[in-house]
Amino acid sequence: MTRKTNILNDADFKSLSGRKNTISLVLAVLELVLYFGFIALIAFNKPFLSAKFSGAITVGIPIAIGTILLSWVLTGVYMLWANKKYYILVKKVRDKARGQ
Amino acid sequence: MQLAAIGHAHITSMLFFLFFVIMTLCITYWAAKRTRTTEEFYSAGRSVTGFQNGLALAGDYMSAASFLGIAGLVSTKGYDGLIYSVGWLVGWPIMMFLISEPLRNLGKYTFADVVACRFKQRPIRAAAASGSLITILFYLIAQMVGAGTLVKFIFGVPYEAALVVVGVLMISYVLFGGMLATTWVQIIKAVLLLGGATILVLLTLAQFGFSYGELFGQAAKMYGDKFLEPGGLITSPLEAFSLGLALMFGTAGLPHILMRFYTVPDIKEARKSVFYATGFIGYFYILTVTIGFGAAALVTQKVIMGVDKGGNMAGPLLAEFLGGTPFLGFLAAVGFATILAVVAGLTLAGASALSQDLYVGVVRRGAADEKEEVKVSKIATIGLGVTAIFLGILFKGQNVAVMVGFAFAVAASANFPALLLSLTWRKFTTMGAVTSLYTGLVLAAGLIILGPAVWIDVIHKDDKAALEKQIKEFETGSKQKIEALEKQKAAGRNLMKIDAAIAGEKRLADAKRKELNAAMPKAIFPMNNPAVISMGVSFLTGIIVSLLLPEKEAQTRFDDEKLQYMQISE
Repeated sequence: MTRKTNILNDADFKSLSGRKNTISLVLAVLELVLYFGFIALIAFNKPFLSAKFSGAITVGIPIAIGTILLSWVLTGVYMLWANKKYYILVKKVRDKARGQ
Repeated sequence: MQLAAIGHAHITSMLFFLFFVIMTLCITYWAAKRTRTTEEFYSAGRSVTGFQNGLALAGDYMSAASFLGIAGLVSTKGYDGLIYSVGWLVGWPIMMFLISEPLRNLGKYTFADVVACRFKQRPIRAAAASGSLITILFYLIAQMVGAGTLVKFIFGVPYEAALVVVGVLMISYVLFGGMLATTWVQIIKAVLLLGGATILVLLTLAQFGFSYGELFGQAAKMYGDKFLEPGGLITSPLEAFSLGLALMFGTAGLPHILMRFYTVPDIKEARKSVFYATGFIGYFYILTVTIGFGAAALVTQKVIMGVDKGGNMAGPLLAEFLGGTPFLGFLAAVGFATILAVVAGLTLAGASALSQDLYVGVVRRGAADEKEEVKVSKIATIGLGVTAIFLGILFKGQNVAVMVGFAFAVAASANFPALLLSLTWRKFTTMGAVTSLYTGLVLAAGLIILGPAVWIDVIHKDDKAALEKQIKEFETGSKQKIEALEKQKAAGRNLMKIDAAIAGEKRLADAKRKELNAAMPKAIFPMNNPAVISMGVSFLTGIIVSLLLPEKEAQTRFDDEKLQYMQISE
């Protein structure tokens, strides 16, 4: 029990857990804003999406494709962070916890 | 344009299809020798790499609905079809950010492992298995109906025979090859589908000097600027928001997708696989949009809608236009393979809910031996396969998109809230999770049945058709009378009297039309997609019940669970 509370109260663990939560939350909110922003444009600002972008292509087309691409980029950002940084931090806290 | 090949069993289609079947059966034979234990049966011994699993996830997700449906929607509705392709993708990042870690690190075979982790096992397993099975069944119906229609269309085989072929093949993959064979079937299908769609897009662009400007210019010239602008699809913002919620959070509640997190060796590979899958799926949706606009510009809407009113044959028709019957044959075989693979994935996920959650978790209270588990899994597979064939025949002619929407709404309303709350909220309880699961399930299913798509278009289909026929008959009758009167008027007799008679006739027609329209069946619930209500109420129920009946043990276990999924303690 004490070992568990020790880990839970450990400053490194706390900052790690907080960082993970922040990154997950920020990225999730970004994705929500991205998608529901797109939906809101369709619902409330059709003229903007109907404006010409280049030739016959309307602004709405690159925006839709951009939403798809940006969503993918966000998953990439998370993967890189988690597999490179978070992974090492977790290992550090784990080794510390085991050493106790 | 002559459409010689559609509706006839063409030799190239048959050859491509036979080639796919033989290849996948060989893989199944190979996989069967490596599938003995439960872990091998449900998670391929956790031996799949991130890249392979990414392809397999994409294979599981890119169903016939996306290949045929989105291209069809874009070709007939233009820009509005694009809204769907965006919607189908955005659930993936959400899944990655919010649930990928705990899902992979806490679970073994099903998402119920994760929800039940710190709660009382039996009630949660029963509820989660119900949510899984209902989601899977609706998804299965959609795929089976799609398969029957597609095969009938392209090979000219009767609908029922097509379903039996799909059913038997799917049962063989899953029964003998388990997750390993299913994964490879998905990978092959994903590669074929992505490759086929890429070739189709290249051939299309070649017609326009590889310029998107030219392609869109041609489409705008043929169907007006409106074709490239958002139009009537989203009339009510609330309805749009509700559909968005279902698509976004439904993805994170689909049992056959969640199950794939367990096939990779560790969380790092799991994250990679979601990244690859999102890339493949996004790329594929961008391709289908080009295919849709290309079909509208080259094949023309008139021809597309002449073959199928919903536009579902836009992709295959474009293939025939650009590459002749051999290419059509290839794409048709790929379409069929697509359905086959998705159906196999769904069946495996259904079997895991039945055997791992219901049988092992609820009936045997977690105490079943290996041999027994495998046996139950195989019985469940056969049972589900036969059920799928039967349901496909029962639901013949139903709208595929409605059924898939159903599956997403149930996944978002029943499975997702309990999963998210159990991972993020310390005070969540067993009772809270169980009530949230059942509330979401019953509410989503109930409101869809009471909504316009099912209540009017399925249940009261005949009433609506009869009334529409009456209106039409009455209108033709009154039109004829008015025409006769107009003729008399032209002849110059009794002008005043005739004008009055015409006006009277028009009034009568208006009144009658109003009367008949009032008699039209009305949906009891006004929205097509209830997620905004069913998902909201499911969350609220879980929260209120948990606050009213706190569960101390579950709260203490929250920290253990967290340490476990952060992989700090084993």
